[in-house]
Amino acid sequence: MAGSTFHEGLTPLNSAPTQTSDDAHDYYTKGDKIVDAVAPTGPIADRWTTRRFENRLVNPANRRKLTVIIVGTGLAGGAAAATLGEAGYNVKSFCYQDSPRRAHSIAAQGGINAAKNYKEDGDSTFRLFYDTVKGGDYRARESNVYRLAEVSTNIIDQCVAQGVPFARDYGGLLDNRSFGGVQVSRTFYARGQTGQQLLIGAYQAMERQVAAGTVTQYTRHEMLELVVVDGKARGIIARDLVTGEIETHLADVVVLASGGYGNVFFLSTNAMGSNVTAAWRAHRKGAYMANPCYTQIHPTCIPVSGEHQSKLTLMSESLRNDGRIWVPKNRDDCDKDPRDIPEEDRDYYLERIYPSFGNLVPRDIASRQAKNVCDEGRGVGPLVGDFRRGVYLDFTDAIARYGKAGVEEKYDNLFDMYERITGENPYEVPMRIYPAVHYVMGGLWVDYHLQSNLPGLFVTGEANFSDHGANRLGASALMQGLADGYFVLPNTIRDFLADGPFPAIDESHPEVVAAQTSVKERVDRFLSIGGTRSADSFHRELGNIMWEYCGMERTEPGLRKAIDMIRELKQAFWSDLKVLGTGDTLNQSLERAGRVADFIELGELMCIDALNRRESCGGHFRGESQTEDGEALRHDEEFAYVAAWEWGGDSLEGGQPVLHKEDLIYTAIEMKQRSYK
Amino acid sequence: MNLTLKIWRQSGPTAPGAIHTYQVGDVSEDMSFLEMLDHLNEDLNEKGEEPVAFDSDCREGICGSCDLMIDGQAHGPEVTTSCQLHMRSFKDGDSITVEPWRADPFPVIKDLIVDRSAFDRIIQSGGYISANTGSAPEANSVPAPRDKAMRAFNVATCIGCGACVAACPNGSASLFLGAKITHLGELPQGQPERWSRVTAMVAQHDAEGFGGCTNIGECTAACPKEIPLDVISQLNKDFRTAVKNGH
Repeated sequence: MAGSTFHEGLTPLNSAPTQTSDDAHDYYTKGDKIVDAVAPTGPIADRWTTRRFENRLVNPANRRKLTVIIVGTGLAGGAAAATLGEAGYNVKSFCYQDSPRRAHSIAAQGGINAAKNYKEDGDSTFRLFYDTVKGGDYRARESNVYRLAEVSTNIIDQCVAQGVPFARDYGGLLDNRSFGGVQVSRTFYARGQTGQQLLIGAYQAMERQVAAGTVTQYTRHEMLELVVVDGKARGIIARDLVTGEIETHLADVVVLASGGYGNVFFLSTNAMGSNVTAAWRAHRKGAYMANPCYTQIHPTCIPVSGEHQSKLTLMSESLRNDGRIWVPKNRDDCDKDPRDIPEEDRDYYLERIYPSFGNLVPRDIASRQAKNVCDEGRGVGPLVGDFRRGVYLDFTDAIARYGKAGVEEKYDNLFDMYERITGENPYEVPMRIYPAVHYVMGGLWVDYHLQSNLPGLFVTGEANFSDHGANRLGASALMQGLADGYFVLPNTIRDFLADGPFPAIDESHPEVVAAQTSVKERVDRFLSIGGTRSADSFHRELGNIMWEYCGMERTEPGLRKAIDMIRELKQAFWSDLKVLGTGDTLNQSLERAGRVADFIELGELMCIDALNRRESCGGHFRGESQTEDGEALRHDEEFAYVAAWEWGGDSLEGGQPVLHKEDLIYTAIEMKQRSYK
Repeated sequence: MNLTLKIWRQSGPTAPGAIHTYQVGDVSEDMSFLEMLDHLNEDLNEKGEEPVAFDSDCREGICGSCDLMIDGQAHGPEVTTSCQLHMRSFKDGDSITVEPWRADPFPVIKDLIVDRSAFDRIIQSGGYISANTGSAPEANSVPAPRDKAMRAFNVATCIGCGACVAACPNGSASLFLGAKITHLGELPQGQPERWSRVTAMVAQHDAEGFGGCTNIGECTAACPKEIPLDVISQLNKDFRTAVKNGH
């Protein structure tokens, strides 16, 4: 063992895994092990400090000679653009929205974690690190997670200095609340709109740099290809979504901060435009896609109401602080008015099964238990198909405790939003919630420097895989996005840029021409298929397959079936797609076609990854791997590794992805079976 | 329900536009207004007619992308965003007119999509606090009085959708501007740049071609985040102080 997996003078607490099962053997090829993720060695608390010092510097006069492309303007991309612009690099920032302020980070509601220990309730960097690794079911890298916990406190300082209006107590100091999966109050929040306020902070910092001339922003632009020259990422091909022009942008380094791919399920809490294209085009150019099957199912979404639905709406998890979750004990009560069901006939199932965490158990557990009680026929709300898919989230006790005004102050916009969507008043009738796809922990593989296996391609925020393991704790996504953008990437990318500026290339370089041509041909192909079905209809079908067979519970036969179905769907897509209009104008059907084509290929890889991983872990529950009482059962001796998949060609032409494994060896935390009982 | 939709179609920024009429059936009252348009677009695609282009993204009322003039009202008959307007607000047989935001600084790109980049340029002119990354003091070293932090938060909820401009007979962006001036001006961190910020932002607002405020109040009535009208008083007050003191 070498590099990240073994630390001189430190004792590994687990041994390297050896996989004995091989469920996906006919779908993939075995590749080399990843032996070095370039993490520093030594005691965990010193690693980031050591590395910041070791990383080479770029002097201020040289920075302006270096160009950095950043794709995406959410918390990770916006913060990185602002920070690298401030440092004096020449930054080109891209987003598909009409303004960077609309990136999907804006929709995050609950809060952001930081180990400030303002409540003096026993919090510390190590505890945040510990909770995150444990919450992620020991499938995250310990060096990365420790660093995340370490910089968390700087994030709050930074955001407060920018004018982010966090909640405060009467003395004017910052307030905290607690979130799922933890027993301390470390979550900073701006009512139910924390993501919005943090994003506006990053956006404003970035716009300040636009005015200063260090950042050039390209809005309504979508990255459609990565330019790789001599093995290094050197630029992107983007489509101007207004004029349709295919543009080439070259740089010394490329950063993808393009978010997650939960929309592969069609229905998710992601924004309509959130897509995998930037990451997937990089994957096809050689970047590894790690742990793609790790999907987070969020327990507190507004249940589906019908076939027309375009997306799902999340209710902040912070509601679980005060709301009590229950279903009727008796199936016969399911269609009754919940207010008429007496206390003794209610099953507060999370409080019953997990007395020490109660309603605050981690997301995967809360989600699965909700599904279980609905599968038992004790769900509430309207029948959708044969099932009632909903459980109550009841604020009666909280209203009695704090008064309606107290609850209003904490959550008002969430209650209003719920009423607007469902037509029911949650102050009077308990809310109904059901799990939905929310976030993905998988993403492009990166090393400790956030660099992918393609030199010059860095990946931040939800687009990379590194910090959340198999399950993300609440209020950790905002923390990771801003940690990467403000503090980690600016300190790691300089070590790479110290070798720059790299030899100039221009648009006539054969690799650039080839990338340009492939984008143009792809656009022309979408427009010329001339079939009968819209991209959306294929997307919906893909989403049904993914939810059914690669959703909350997965089994070997189900996943095999799903792979076959996706392959058939892919064939149908390329022969029966209908995209009207032309490529030289704003054409939303064309934009969607490109994204759906990539989602189909990603969906296939997710199923292969899920099939290979014959264990239950975080949001990934394999039916074949459970304890006697139905809890998720990990197999560390087989699967304590990151699955990093290399593109191996189109499956319709006989291609197979190549699996590279990175062993997860812990030196600071002992792996334990998670228990929240 | 069945509806008649009268929709502004315009193929490009310089092309002439016109209202086209479409019939749409099978509309459920649980649909959002945008899901109803998705439903229309599936029909149009099937018939070989190019779908109607409109902006939307989060569909949760927070990103500020959606921007429809529905029956002459910004975001339609309810005080919310177009994406959070549900069809239960309409009746079977209704005829609904759908147009893009109307204001000179918001030129039409296609159909119902307009260019709102003027808002970004207003923010670039000074809508921020200059705080370099990594140089921030400990967060609790500068307490912010709770009532001021609350007021800052209440107006910081502006989503930048532009409904205020579309609703204003003068095409003024004063509510948008006032919200930002008030948000940053309420906090201790926003004080050093308070006066230079307001003059720069007002100058950019005017340069973009937004009109002046004559206290009509349509902006606050249309604002999906219910930003109060008094942010405009705050804007005027800060602007007056800044000009008087030579900023």
